[in-house]
Amino acid sequence: MNQYPAVFWGRLGVIAASLVVLVFLMGPIILVMTYAFSASNVQTFPIQGWSLHWLHQALADPQVRESAGISVQVACLATLIATLLGCLAAFTIHSFNFFGKDSAVFFLTLPIALPGIITGMAMSSFFAFMGIHLSFWTLVIAHATFCTPIVYNTVVGRLARLPKSFTEASADLGADGFYTFARVTLPLVGSAITAAALLAFALSFDEVIVTTFTAGTQTTLPLWILGSIRLGQSLPEVNVVVSAVIIFTLIPVLLVQRLSGDAGRV
Amino acid sequence: MTQAAALSAPKPAASPLRRLSTLLWRLPGLRLGLLGLPPSIWFLLFYLIPLAVLIIAAFWSVDSLTGALQPGFSLHNFKSLIETRIYHTVIFRTIGIAAAVTVFDILLAFPIAYWMGVIAGPKARAVLGVCVLIPLWSSYLARVYAWRLILSHDGILNWLMHSLGLGENAIGYSNWAMTLTFTYLWLPFMILPIATALERVPRNLLEASADLGGHGFTTLRRVVLPLAAPGMIAGSIFTFSLTLGDYVTPILVGGPSSDFIGNVIYKTVGVANDIPFAAALAVVPLVVMGLYLWATRALDKEASI
Repeated sequence: MNQYPAVFWGRLGVIAASLVVLVFLMGPIILVMTYAFSASNVQTFPIQGWSLHWLHQALADPQVRESAGISVQVACLATLIATLLGCLAAFTIHSFNFFGKDSAVFFLTLPIALPGIITGMAMSSFFAFMGIHLSFWTLVIAHATFCTPIVYNTVVGRLARLPKSFTEASADLGADGFYTFARVTLPLVGSAITAAALLAFALSFDEVIVTTFTAGTQTTLPLWILGSIRLGQSLPEVNVVVSAVIIFTLIPVLLVQRLSGDAGRV
Repeated sequence: MTQAAALSAPKPAASPLRRLSTLLWRLPGLRLGLLGLPPSIWFLLFYLIPLAVLIIAAFWSVDSLTGALQPGFSLHNFKSLIETRIYHTVIFRTIGIAAAVTVFDILLAFPIAYWMGVIAGPKARAVLGVCVLIPLWSSYLARVYAWRLILSHDGILNWLMHSLGLGENAIGYSNWAMTLTFTYLWLPFMILPIATALERVPRNLLEASADLGGHGFTTLRRVVLPLAAPGMIAGSIFTFSLTLGDYVTPILVGGPSSDFIGNVIYKTVGVANDIPFAAALAVVPLVVMGLYLWATRALDKEASI
């Protein structure tokens, strides 16, 4: 198939190595999900018997339900704020040249480049110094802040790929700025905005590190999972919840992949 | 389709909205302000000021009797950071494992990134892309927990090793367990940028190298690796920074003495309620990451020349 045998064997080697890496990538996720259907209450491999008992148990657990509720509320509010701010930032950066633009871009993407512990610690000390008690709302503010850069990145990436001539043509045809935005720009970037919002939701729903520093007494689902594993309590339920979280965060991401292929643009 | 809709749309009549639009068009400063102000204020208030507070707080202290915060300027926190042996160990462990994870991730990411970027056609690339995205976006906690299950005494690794007659695994709850878990966690962050960098490599460059007598390894070393370098640098920012700031993996898969900087910060805030000292500790990854970003920028410039 190839005139260079060395290239052929080289490629075969690359593909073989890749397949090993793919098993390494997917194996643990599949494994942890099989534990959810284990009948036993101790975690052993091979799994001794199968049952849906723990599935029912976990879904009926009031603590699980309550923390899942908090996680969904925080994720929804944070997504809403982050989508709004991220889009505004993306439109600003895309359509204007202003003094300090480079620094603005740098600071906007800083929460992605800096370790989460710094974001968490910075907010924790900020709230402490302002005398603001940690609550549901500090959690929402923190999540909205680290979700904004993801939205910004996704939307600004799409804007950069749009030809400028579209909006110019609309203006030439007599449409005003709002009309052009509503009828030309928004339909063209709409899928990117939806993708960004879904990614923000998935990111917020699963976050632990910034959350511990800003949650106060609130328990989100990841905090419940972490607490249970640390204490070694209700581990069979943890197996179920963890699998449910995998599926729940994957749905938006696979939707994004379908929508635009923007999910890889971290 | 959307263009057609815009083309056939009737010309909007003069209205207050239209006048506002004209006004905004004439005054780009106003437009900039209206669009840019809300995110700027939010970021200033909830990110940049907190970062500044963090750095300032590192110089404050806590009244040892009342636990009240004492503003001021004292190098006490940094002094105890420098003078205490245990903190050195923790800092070197964190940075060392972050560096090791980055190297392992580059090694593991390269073949699959090469497959995605160079060998695969559009269809295979899409399938591989999803295979990398699934672990990237699957719950972080679930993936750490998966490794806790794999490496535990009754886990699949020991079962496999027993079946092969190899005895117990020796890496459970250790620095190796953490390195392995981190390598797993951040691998997709390394694969994607390298694949993107390799996608941009013109195929004929590889053929030219072969035509000129470059053997597989010569082409790899002289052509492919330099071209993949920007991707590796981009990926390494993720792998390094994410490892540096983690404290959950050490709790879940680390051993009794496997604290990271993050764990000490967490305990200092949660248990001792000493925010100034925790802030001083947080300055360490901040400085390390700052140096790293500065170094990668210089490397990036060199690579692009």
